[in-house]
Amino acid sequence: MGSTSAVRARGLTKCFGDVVALDGVDLDVVAGQIHGVVGPNGAGKTTLFGLLLGLAVADRGTLEVLGTPVGRSLTAPDGVAGFVDGPGLYPSLTARGNLAALASLRGPGARTAGIDDVLEQVGLTDVADDKVRGFSLGMRQRLGLAAALLTKPRLLVLDEPSNGLDPAGKKHVHGVLTQLAADGATVVLSSHRMDDLEALCSEVTIVATGRVVFSGPLGKLAEASRELDYRLVTSDPEAARLVAADTDGVRVVDDAGTRPDREVFVVRALLPALDELVPRLVGAGIAVRELTPVVSPLESAFLAITEQQESS
Amino acid sequence: MTATIAPSDAPAPHRVPVARGYRFELVKLLAQWRVRLLIVACWIGPALAVIVVSGQGTLPADTLFGREMRATGWAGALVVLSFAGSWFFPLLTSVIAGDVFSAEDRLGTWRHLVVAVRSLRRIFVAKAMASFTVLLMCLPGLAVSGIVGGLVVGSRPLTGLDGHLLSPADAAGNLLLAWLCVLAPILAFAAIGLLASVIFERSPIGLLLPAFGGLGMQLASQVLPMPVAVRLALPSFAFLSWNGLFTSPPMLGPILTGIAVSLAWAVTATALAYALFMRRDFTSLANDGSMRRAITFGILPLLGVWVLSAGVVAAATGATGSGIDAGKLQRSLATSFAHLYRVQSQEVSHLNVTEAQLRTTASCTKGAGLVAQEGPGNDWRCYVYWHLPGVNDATGQAIYQLDVNANGRYVADGDGPNEVNGYFVVHAPYGDAPNPLWQFDGLVDLLSTTSKG
Repeated sequence: MGSTSAVRARGLTKCFGDVVALDGVDLDVVAGQIHGVVGPNGAGKTTLFGLLLGLAVADRGTLEVLGTPVGRSLTAPDGVAGFVDGPGLYPSLTARGNLAALASLRGPGARTAGIDDVLEQVGLTDVADDKVRGFSLGMRQRLGLAAALLTKPRLLVLDEPSNGLDPAGKKHVHGVLTQLAADGATVVLSSHRMDDLEALCSEVTIVATGRVVFSGPLGKLAEASRELDYRLVTSDPEAARLVAADTDGVRVVDDAGTRPDREVFVVRALLPALDELVPRLVGAGIAVRELTPVVSPLESAFLAITEQQESS
Repeated sequence: MTATIAPSDAPAPHRVPVARGYRFELVKLLAQWRVRLLIVACWIGPALAVIVVSGQGTLPADTLFGREMRATGWAGALVVLSFAGSWFFPLLTSVIAGDVFSAEDRLGTWRHLVVAVRSLRRIFVAKAMASFTVLLMCLPGLAVSGIVGGLVVGSRPLTGLDGHLLSPADAAGNLLLAWLCVLAPILAFAAIGLLASVIFERSPIGLLLPAFGGLGMQLASQVLPMPVAVRLALPSFAFLSWNGLFTSPPMLGPILTGIAVSLAWAVTATALAYALFMRRDFTSLANDGSMRRAITFGILPLLGVWVLSAGVVAAATGATGSGIDAGKLQRSLATSFAHLYRVQSQEVSHLNVTEAQLRTTASCTKGAGLVAQEGPGNDWRCYVYWHLPGVNDATGQAIYQLDVNANGRYVADGDGPNEVNGYFVVHAPYGDAPNPLWQFDGLVDLLSTTSKG
């Protein structure tokens, strides 16, 4: 195993009765990176995260976490923290009480150390002494993250950490995760918010029906995926439409007459065709003001997988 | 795929010591308002109940020692124990032990806990210890509070279940022993609660099972015509068997049997709960507990313990039938009558007669002799005979109607002559009181084999 791998899985298989939750999954997560795992509901993400957290053991395959082979016992190596299916919090305790109770598991000295710091990191200092019973979903997510941070993890496994977060909460969480990775920790997270994953992750793994269908850098995903729709804003929309229509591999996919903002139109193309379109527009004296994917590469790949599943 | 999971030769991860897990569980339990309320109620409720009920015109004569609550405060403390044994202990164990695992399912905190503690075995031990600890916070409260309420009423001698008087010190000692006796069935019900909590996961059935189980056992043992060995093989019997401490000599057979049976239930239920918990899969939260699993791993094994215990009790004691027959009732009634006659003589005519002088005997018949002369029922009619002190060859006779409970307790109701066992007021040390021979509680030893009266 390479010294920079935080997670190395080969052929992981896990069944629940007749249901194959994971079917020969290979996964490599580089230490110090934020790695996203996406897939439709029931794809096996939670089972995979459960194996990483030591909540279950695989039926077949090998798994190394933080350089330690994970055996048949239900325990993850030291330095692993996180949550699946939402954080585990006790509503009758305050936010601080939850963290203190958790910290007390690590010994009397750890009971209060770091609690204020992690509460501040996730932006919950003001409600530290409020009962968790009254917390919103987003606040619970942030407190769950704080609980995981309290253990000073080297591998943080988070299932849907962005659920229910408002923009401020999202900013806090993204900031914490980015800083954590910058400090050398590894983060593996799942989300249905593709924009979150694209903002945070350097690599992603797409899982479908218990199998890995893609794993690698986001840029590679864009190349590997099908044609994408791009929103194009130019200084001369009419002329730009003509240029786009005249470029090989590029199709104008919206009707100018139906859009309220006539300066904007959408083209469908692979990246190489797009690379050809931009210089042609500039060469024709048309200024390109905006060129953005309507649906992100990651979301596009995700939708492709979902559509494939539905059709099969 | 041919690869296999790596052998467990990796360095063991840092597991949380049981003591810290135990503290964590205690913090969570004590943070629940209903647990705190329960503890406070246990420390305050019995004292208030004893003081209030003792001052009422009508005493709870249906409860053992209830008719004596005005006579002595020790009776009030015993009424607390008697009532708790019948109704409150199963409920208490339900709320605490029956919820200690289910609560994590309801809150969705299992995965969090497993990741934090890193040992299912330690989680189980910590949870079991914490729930027993909270139970132990409640039990001294019930005992002490009942005693405090009783002391407010007055510390006077207590009439035992064979009519003999216990000094306050003896009553206190026996009360303490009685509380120790009920620890075993409480452990049994707490273990059943743990098992139900593990089996049913987030379903509220787990929370309610010990309470309904206790209620079911009480009703079954009162209504169904069970052989005595089967009756004693239920853990609920030990909630009542301490009654035997209040006779002279004490009826140790049912007490020790009840304790042994309860411990067998406790060990079995705890072992089942542990085995099930260790096999649980925490990656799948879809399971709400199934009735099939409850039957396979809960009900059937406990039924097995019941049957096995009944067999052992029957073989060890030779007890057959209901354990209640005319001979036992006659002996018990004659003994109680003699002791209470002595009390009545002192209170009415200030005569100091002894039980030996009275040479009391009794003759009991069930259902006017038309049915089998054994078993519980309210159709036992008894004649008591005694030698009248100071009168040569004169014998007195009194009639009692007996309502005999399947657990061996009976209520003797005087049916004449009126000047002996009718209702009239006597001057007792604590004030006016009903004639002690009018109505009184008695007890027969269900396991006794010497039934000659």
